[in-house]
Amino acid sequence: MQQVFAQSMAAALQGRYDYCAGCGHGITLRLVAEVIDELGLREQTIGVLGVGCYSTNPVTFRFDCQLALHGRAPAMATAVKRLLPDRLVFTMQGDGDLAAIGTAEILHAAMRGERFTTLLLNNANFGETGGHMAPTTLLGQRTPSTPKGRDAEQHGYPTRITEMLTLLDGVVYVARVALSKPSTIARAKAAIKKAFQVQLAGKGFSMVEILTACPSGWRLSPVEALKWIDEVQTKTYPLGELKAVGV
Amino acid sequence: MGRKLFINCNRAIVEAAILSHCRFFAGYPFTPATECLEQASHRFPEVGGVYIQAESEVSVINMLMGAAAVGVRCMTATSGAGFSLMQEAVSHMAGIAELPAVIVNVSRGGPGFGNLAPTQGDYFQATRGGGAGDYRCLVFGPATVQEAVDVTKLAFSLADTYRTPAIILSDQMLAETTEACDLGEPLEPAPPPKWWATTGCRGREPIYLGRPGKDYGPYAEYLSGNLTLNLLGLGHLGQDPDTFEAHMLRLAEKYRRIEAEEVRVETRDLDDAELVVVAFGTAARLILPAIAQVRAEGLRVGLIRPITLWPFPSQLIATVAPRVRAFLVVEMNMGQMVEDVRLAVAGQAPVHLFSTLGGVVPRPEAVAPALRQLAAQPYAPASRV
Ligand code: SF4
Repeated sequence: MQQVFAQSMAAALQGRYDYCAGCGHGITLRLVAEVIDELGLREQTIGVLGVGCYSTNPVTFRFDCQLALHGRAPAMATAVKRLLPDRLVFTMQGDGDLAAIGTAEILHAAMRGERFTTLLLNNANFGETGGHMAPTTLLGQRTPSTPKGRDAEQHGYPTRITEMLTLLDGVVYVARVALSKPSTIARAKAAIKKAFQVQLAGKGFSMVEILTACPSGWRLSPVEALKWIDEVQTKTYPLGELKAVGV
Repeated sequence: MGRKLFINCNRAIVEAAILSHCRFFAGYPFTPATECLEQASHRFPEVGGVYIQAESEVSVINMLMGAAAVGVRCMTATSGAGFSLMQEAVSHMAGIAELPAVIVNVSRGGPGFGNLAPTQGDYFQATRGGGAGDYRCLVFGPATVQEAVDVTKLAFSLADTYRTPAIILSDQMLAETTEACDLGEPLEPAPPPKWWATTGCRGREPIYLGRPGKDYGPYAEYLSGNLTLNLLGLGHLGQDPDTFEAHMLRLAEKYRRIEAEEVRVETRDLDDAELVVVAFGTAARLILPAIAQVRAEGLRVGLIRPITLWPFPSQLIATVAPRVRAFLVVEMNMGQMVEDVRLAVAGQAPVHLFSTLGGVVPRPEAVAPALRQLAAQPYAPASRV
């Protein structure tokens, strides 16, 4: 019998899963772990986790992780990578963590061209607090803090911080991917791997923005949530490689 | 004897840090602490360390958190509002992640933006903690450049021993003082192995800095309970629901041990003292001539000069209080340390305050009359004061 699928056990998946049904975080976690396995770097990896539902990832990851304060993971990772330049260092941050409270930290780490990788989990809301408006919330999107829908006049526009970062000289590789169906998930994994390789080559700052489902926050079923990513979220957040300098 | 220098206090502290094997400095320019940053900017790279000028003090302190988390001795220097911006992370480093770091706060004139004058207005902020929750930091209040050098080394050593941040509370006047000092020997012992450092899990189990549910054996007392996980309802991970309580009880026990073992204080003429002056840092240094003068006149005046502001020499003060007619606390603020003195004295003697504000410093010619006046007062048992 031909084996078409094998469970990755080296870098991740210690048998716990702490997310809502249909949450995209579990997929991210698995992709990151698989890439680390493929690069053979489990024992050289340091994850710096922001504050959100994904802060529980290290319960499942089987490599060293640090918890950062809300928004500050890029500052922490800056020190870690400068002191241990041969390690694989990445931050994992939600859209609230990175694009709201942590805007200064991500911007300046990127400006300095710090040689770590950031994985931005964009689920268009603050999942952990109960689905409140984040900088990435779409116009018209209803959340407990925008009950009539996000209104540009009152709440401002969705933030495309990833596009903003492409303007900075220190930024070498930036891509936006989505976890909505097998084909996009495969592309997401390739982007994460590329970003890590850019880091390992010492080229500069790399980041992958990952559109990921939050059925609980969106008040949608898991299947509807995946459709929403493709049909709605990607209209404001188009997928693809946004910057790849000499990669 | 080590290298002797004629050097400004800010720069001396950085040199002492290098001798303490500190190899990471992050900072943001903030008068009157900026010379620390200048000194570190060229000296840290020279000794193979890392120096970063960050975009804000918020970023600075979180960089320190990263450096400490990989086991590297680290420091920053700031002032006033810059120190305020760091408090969230200081609280986290002290109370949750239990990470060692040395933070120099060169007090300027507060509150708020304030000005550049020397004050001791940050006493409460340093000793009580400006961040959220129950925690303590080691706090040192040096009075001379030499002492600043000595307590810098001590701060690095104790910060590692207890896995906690240490604050050096300087002020503008001390910071701008240039005088001779002996840098002394490099700090001994060498940095202890930091089993908890998250440097990659080669040859061991992975660590989630502060991850609950792991058996750290003899190090269990230092294991930080990860509160995020607890708040997320994961405290049950091989734990009872009291993980957070157990963590806090451990922390409280650590603080009791520090209070019992790490008080540093200078005393003068306490044996026969009827009046005891309590002062720290620059205030203490400036009023020494006043004390000498009134003693020469026959007044029996002694001095208690806390070098550690936390832990505070409460025990010593409580011990001498019954045989003292009165205490005079001299501070360059509205009266902050005086509260600690009153708590320690516990009503056994009257406690008076000599306060200077807004950058005015206590002058011997003003303090000596205050001491004479106190000595002339009829003895009043404390219960009626
Ligand atoms: S709230 Fe949203 S982001 Fe959080 S676990 Fe549930 S689905 Fe995932």
